[in-house]
Amino acid sequence: MALGPYGSRHPRPLVSLSPVRTITIGSRVVFSTACCLALAFATPTETTVPVELPAPENASCNVLTKILAPTHWTDCYQCGKCTAGCPVAAAVDMTPNQVVRALQLGNFEIAMASDTIWACVSCQTCSTRCPQSVDCAGIMDALREVSLERGLASPAQKTVVAFQQAFLNNIRRNGRLDEIELIAEFKLRALPSERNLGFLFKDASLAPQLQMRRKLHLRGEKVKDRPIVRRIFERCGDGKHG
Amino acid sequence: MKLAYYPGCALHGSSNDYEQSLRACLGKLEVEPQEIKEWICCGATAAHALNHKLSIALPARNLALAEQQGFEDMLAPCPMCSMQLLKAAKLMDEDAGLRREISSVIEVEASGRLQVLNLIQVFQRIGLDRIKPAVKKPLADLKPACYYGCLLTRPPDVVKFDDPEQPSSMEAIMAMLGAKPVDWNYRTECCGAGMTMAKEATVLELSQRILADAREHGANCLVTACPMCHVNLDMKQGDIEQRYGTRFGLPIYYLTDVVGLALGLSSEELGIDRHFVKQPQ
Repeated sequence: MALGPYGSRHPRPLVSLSPVRTITIGSRVVFSTACCLALAFATPTETTVPVELPAPENASCNVLTKILAPTHWTDCYQCGKCTAGCPVAAAVDMTPNQVVRALQLGNFEIAMASDTIWACVSCQTCSTRCPQSVDCAGIMDALREVSLERGLASPAQKTVVAFQQAFLNNIRRNGRLDEIELIAEFKLRALPSERNLGFLFKDASLAPQLQMRRKLHLRGEKVKDRPIVRRIFERCGDGKHG
Repeated sequence: MKLAYYPGCALHGSSNDYEQSLRACLGKLEVEPQEIKEWICCGATAAHALNHKLSIALPARNLALAEQQGFEDMLAPCPMCSMQLLKAAKLMDEDAGLRREISSVIEVEASGRLQVLNLIQVFQRIGLDRIKPAVKKPLADLKPACYYGCLLTRPPDVVKFDDPEQPSSMEAIMAMLGAKPVDWNYRTECCGAGMTMAKEATVLELSQRILADAREHGANCLVTACPMCHVNLDMKQGDIEQRYGTRFGLPIYYLTDVVGLALGLSSEELGIDRHFVKQPQ
């Protein structure tokens, strides 16, 4: 049997697929937070805590539940270690553990509309430190993917969304990144939400500085076989974003 | 050493000083990385944020191309590329069905034989004991803050490299060159990565914390192996100083710059003269 966190011989907590889910937690795990003291005093046998999770209300939640599965999101016991190490947690509307909690409570749409998922810098600190091996950074990816499909991305984060979309469009066209083309498309896409012309030309002053250092490429590289790149994008269900 | 080379978009774009440095430094050690033909972008943050399948397919195509071109080892000097390549390889190793599915998407099969290496691993492969005798100018005055950033060591189950909280592989290289790496706190903290354009305020804030901690612990330069970290800490250093009303003047070196200097290469040969923050005379 594989060893669980802290070398416990209990298997990874199991979650059944029935509407009322049973989360089994190995009681050897030592909890430091006061709210978990009750579990810490349990005998070394397995403790079963029935947790009722609302059934997903529609099809997109089923899609989300499916792509969330490899992240072990239901194993989160809210220790907050992800949030403690998160470099952007202080500047977002929901902390990472709150996003996971919202999912556990069935509030999928709240999680998908949060600023957090787009402010996340994908540094992987949360996933690395999670004592329950929850892939919190993977949860953010899953939420971004479905949030974008459903048009739920937070309006305050439209600039980040625009950047990621412009990036993928660029790769789809060229196979490799064309930096100037990326910046141009990003600025035009983000302009409606930024609403100021200064934003459009903000980085233009960098051009001569980069030119001086032979870092500016007026035309980016392209791969020869661009049709294969387009076929890969199509087969991955990626149309032209936006 | 026969070594495939996956430059990634950054090293062929505005981080071409990293490529110059890498080629000069490894050339001095008689390693000539060979660029794989028809490589495509790994998808970076955009792919894993917006389309999971694409974030496996794009790197997988590069793995397959390198294998097809007869390589067993491949250097990916950008930690973002390196992590995405390793992640795709891992997911396909764990799931034969996924490997079949991705192979048909990318029209070529990645068998999983190819080993992806980051830059530090290439130095380790050459052998620090073999590099040491080639050091011509020991860097006794250098007190570098070795900065690993996020993806060289994270996620640990994907990259399987060094310790994610207390890495030491870069410090070992610095000590071998005669430099005195400082002990500091922000070695694996994030600089804001690819958010440079999309969320500049985040990048300035996070990078400022890194520079401030390095300075506080007595570093006189910072060493990185990541093109994005270099952009945020070097190109943006002036903006950071302006915004926070402070002065760092901390040169940011690529790992290959520092090794190259010790091997006797000049700043011009390594492309250090193309950085934004000037080297002290």
